[in-house]
Amino acid sequence: MNRLQVDLPGLTLKNPIMPASGCFGFGREYAQLYDLSGLGAIMVKATTLEPRFGNPTPRVAETPSGMLNAIGLQNPGLEKVVTEELPWLEQFDVPIIANVAGSETEDYVAVSERISKAPNVKALELNISCPNVKCGGIAFGTDPKVAMELTRAVKAVSSVPVYVKLSPNVTDITEIARAAEEGGADGLTLINTLVGMRFDPRTGRPVIANGTGGLSGPAVKPVALRMIYEVSRSVSIPVIGMGGVTDVDDVINFMSAGASAVAVGTANFVDHFVCPNLIDALPGRLDELGIGNITELIGRSHTL
Amino acid sequence: MIRNERMKVAGQREIARNIYELVLEGELAAQISEPGRFVHVRAGRTMDPLLRRPISIADYSDGKITLIYRAEGYGTRVISEKGHQEEADVLGPLGNGFPVGAAAPGTKALLVGGGIGVPPLYGLSKRLKNAGVEPVHVLGFQSEDVVFYEEEFSRLGETHIATVDGTRGTKGFVTDVLASLDHEFSVYYSCGPLPMLKAVAKTMTGTEGYLSFEERMGCGIGACFACVCHTDSNDRGYVKVCSDGPVFKAGVVTI
Repeated sequence: MNRLQVDLPGLTLKNPIMPASGCFGFGREYAQLYDLSGLGAIMVKATTLEPRFGNPTPRVAETPSGMLNAIGLQNPGLEKVVTEELPWLEQFDVPIIANVAGSETEDYVAVSERISKAPNVKALELNISCPNVKCGGIAFGTDPKVAMELTRAVKAVSSVPVYVKLSPNVTDITEIARAAEEGGADGLTLINTLVGMRFDPRTGRPVIANGTGGLSGPAVKPVALRMIYEVSRSVSIPVIGMGGVTDVDDVINFMSAGASAVAVGTANFVDHFVCPNLIDALPGRLDELGIGNITELIGRSHTL
Repeated sequence: MIRNERMKVAGQREIARNIYELVLEGELAAQISEPGRFVHVRAGRTMDPLLRRPISIADYSDGKITLIYRAEGYGTRVISEKGHQEEADVLGPLGNGFPVGAAAPGTKALLVGGGIGVPPLYGLSKRLKNAGVEPVHVLGFQSEDVVFYEEEFSRLGETHIATVDGTRGTKGFVTDVLASLDHEFSVYYSCGPLPMLKAVAKTMTGTEGYLSFEERMGCGIGACFACVCHTDSNDRGYVKVCSDGPVFKAGVVTI
């Protein structure tokens, strides 16, 4: 019995560690560094119906223990993802979670229907929380009714379970979480980035060309933990947690807060081997903590 | 092959105001195939500063690499404090460098650098000279106190310095020096700020050229799409500076 295994709707994870969407492209770059088959899953970069160039540069800026980004969902579009990127990933024994984005409900539906039929796509992650695009993205993730209806529309066409990625840029994240659940979501992923800014003291202008960007990295970790804790207590579908995960105790803490699995984002830029390093470190840390099976951690804080 | 190595600091010194020369020892040096590639350096060991700093490789040989960088921001200032025998967490070598073979032996090659874009031209010049090419250097700086490696370049070939304030060499920009040269160049190579690259490419129209670009980076390996530039040379409409570059043939990147 693999003590790191976690079973979720559509997903049998060898371990609960997966790179987060937008930080790992479609896997090609990190495949030069290590075997992607060791990962629990891969959340690939957001796919839209048409190719997108994204925002002007600079697109990233460092902040204390974090970074801002405003990439703008650059991706090669559904056709190329389905005919080139996903087939290339089939050489690895790893489930793919396809992140789906769009400007209109129809875009989400069209992308979801087609991409969910790819043999290695085992789940969808509905991106209703990107803060860096003018239409779509976060607009779908801040209104409970809109989030519910979009989830329902995508569920109706998807061949695989649907996870909804939530934005932290709301007053009450549990409200959106419950709306997604009501719309038929099989799981939730959180948190996306927090909207932030940085300025250049010489010019007075924002450093990021887009003006605002999404804050990620260790700086957002306490916010992520609080939201995972709140959301996992208010819904009955599983949560994949993310937001500043860097070391093995972050994984333990995210799962204790209520996450069933953990995605790693910004840390991939700091330590390019962070995912395999976390997977290697987990059994030893579980031993030290007297935990037999990693699933024992999930939501253990709720009853304490 | 990309390695992530804790390299040893073999030496670090300030060679001009806020300009540091850092020599690192390690196996990574043996992986460097051409001048103009870069490494991604983690400044500290904690989460702040968080991101790695992309720094071009000025030179490489015998298990050592030399980095020359300007300590201007938080991260590079932390790197500048690294002392002898301390460790540096280095990912690399990354990106694609300058094609030495583009210049035929017996011909002259023009190397134009601006400010902190000068360093990778040093490794390039050495290898051009070894290949029987005659390098001619035109190096631009803000002022005399930030001029570096003038002697090192002079040992390899004809070297012209320009400073914006005229405190050393020609007063003005590298393009002012270019206007006064009447050599025949088989190829030109350039690294520096975007306005300079633009001006150099314009002046050298008709000659084969290679430009090295700088852009803010996240991952440094092509996964995060932070450092993209527009191009008309492929059907995607973009190139990534970190993994498709940082060196591109002139004309590839829309500037």
